[in-house]
Amino acid sequence: MSSGSGDGVPLLEVRDVAVRFDGIVALDGVSFKLPKGQILGLIGPNGAGKTTMFNCLSRLYTPTSGDVLFEGKSILGRPAYEMAAIGIGRTFQNVALFSRLTVRENVLIGGHSHTTSNFFGDSLRLPSARRTEAQLEKTANELMDYLHLGDVADRPVAGLPFGTQKRVELARALAASPKLLLLDEPAGGLNHDEVHELGRLVKQIRDDRDVTVLLVEHHMGLVMSISENVVALNFGKKIAEGAPDVVRKDPELIRAYLGGEAA
Amino acid sequence: MSAHEETVVHHDIGESPEGAERLIAKPAAPEAKAGLQLRHFVFVALLVLAFVLPAFTKNFVVFQLTQTMVYAIAIVGLNLLTGFNGQFSLGHSAFYAVGAYTAAILMEQAGLSYVWTLPVAGIICFILGFLFGLPALRLEGVYLALATFALAAATPQILKLSPLEHWTGGVQGIVITKPDAPFGLPLNQDQWLYYFTLIVGLILYLAARNLVTSRTGRALMAIRDNPIAARSMGVNTSLYKASAFGLSAFYTGVAGALGAIIVQFVAPDSFTLTLSIGFLVGLVVGGVGWLPGALFGGAFLLFVPNIAENVSKGLSGAVYGLLLIAIIYVMPSGLAGFLQLIVSKVRGK
Repeated sequence: MSSGSGDGVPLLEVRDVAVRFDGIVALDGVSFKLPKGQILGLIGPNGAGKTTMFNCLSRLYTPTSGDVLFEGKSILGRPAYEMAAIGIGRTFQNVALFSRLTVRENVLIGGHSHTTSNFFGDSLRLPSARRTEAQLEKTANELMDYLHLGDVADRPVAGLPFGTQKRVELARALAASPKLLLLDEPAGGLNHDEVHELGRLVKQIRDDRDVTVLLVEHHMGLVMSISENVVALNFGKKIAEGAPDVVRKDPELIRAYLGGEAA
Repeated sequence: MSAHEETVVHHDIGESPEGAERLIAKPAAPEAKAGLQLRHFVFVALLVLAFVLPAFTKNFVVFQLTQTMVYAIAIVGLNLLTGFNGQFSLGHSAFYAVGAYTAAILMEQAGLSYVWTLPVAGIICFILGFLFGLPALRLEGVYLALATFALAAATPQILKLSPLEHWTGGVQGIVITKPDAPFGLPLNQDQWLYYFTLIVGLILYLAARNLVTSRTGRALMAIRDNPIAARSMGVNTSLYKASAFGLSAFYTGVAGALGAIIVQFVAPDSFTLTLSIGFLVGLVVGGVGWLPGALFGGAFLLFVPNIAENVSKGLSGAVYGLLLIAIIYVMPSGLAGFLQLIVSKVRGK
């Protein structure tokens, strides 16, 4: 239970990661470190490579070169489905819930990686399967309370407001007790008040649950208000890194966002 | 208890209005409980009806009801794959055939008791289904449907192959001796097979119901709804999809074995693509993703072609088609959606 950024190894280290698809360079040698307990904002205009980086971290893509280390160990040899078990949880850009299932079922699936059961035991409701189910229920109930989802627990997620769906996704990601939480444009589709509320919630989750957060976000206000550090990408390259106040004034970033002579 | 206290603390940190709302919404729970009780009541009533029915019906009707249950078991199997895991199959007649031939060969050539042919047929089909499911991982939607179509198309011909004739009986097929009721029970053969099928079907149904409300079942549904998100939640999608194929084939194989025993005969041309499509039709009219619908689907599969035949011998296919269209028109999401609609209307008034 080492907390804080005291120990030398950062929770996440991205080393010189490059991704090329058929000649297109999506990421070009990006490196950064994320110490435990921090909120890191990854920003950049459309097409900067934010989502590509995100997909590398959740192992949906494999970088062409470079390495990704989690707790000092490379994750590139592991399949995507093991990410949740080693402690990397995520949400998706436009919400990727299990739409025909209820809120409760979605959150229960979030705990999949931290429990075991099999076809045989579950079909026969063996004692081990019952224990697993009880454990999952307990986690789900606690998280639905924590994120105020109790009154919609047994509703299918498909019909819920977008903001509520985002909270369901957070609850689902937290059900695996991640050490690192990857949030992919969580502010997308939310109004001003909801974005403010989201920022408060992300900070609260970090503080309450000892979670380190990597936030990929378009919404500069949100990133600047809750991140301890910011990494800015443009055309697949890192163009700025540092505290929000410093990065905000970076001339290259301003040029990237406002177009400058490129536009 | 400690978890609960923790959450209360969190509430005080969070905004209270939402927390208060949630507390008010709590009394909704008893209603859900009542719904559960109604469902249990219907289940028990149907079960009692199923147990007394053979005493009041002719042998042929008892046989038909048994066949309905056999089809229902196969449809439950297909539902686990298609309804809960989102994988299509037009190849389930192949697994049904393997189950049927396994039972026939084991009974007639190895002298095995009919009871033991069921698990053997199921396990063989599980292995075949799992192995078929592995390459099928690369296929989705219509492409998977085509690959499974190939399986269905090939099966009758493979069963007719002369090198296998010693085992399969070639075009002639295999005649099976009908088992008697055990322990001196006062039942004729048809009645006994009815109860036997009922018990097997009940066990398989309850197992399927347990599965779909468990961690494994939710993983299957997660893959159906969003495979990428499922993987990110730690679901080994390849393993689960192949296993779902295996499990589905297990159910259909057991159904095939039971079908062979009650019909007392297996022949290659009983297991054509038409049977696969029949299972799919049964699945759709019963309700995709709703397990009890299988019984309705099984009845549809057995009785509607007969009804069509009675209406017009020459145009039975057309009549069948019209009946099918009528049913889909009246209940677009099968019996499941239809019942849901009725329940919600009754509750609304």
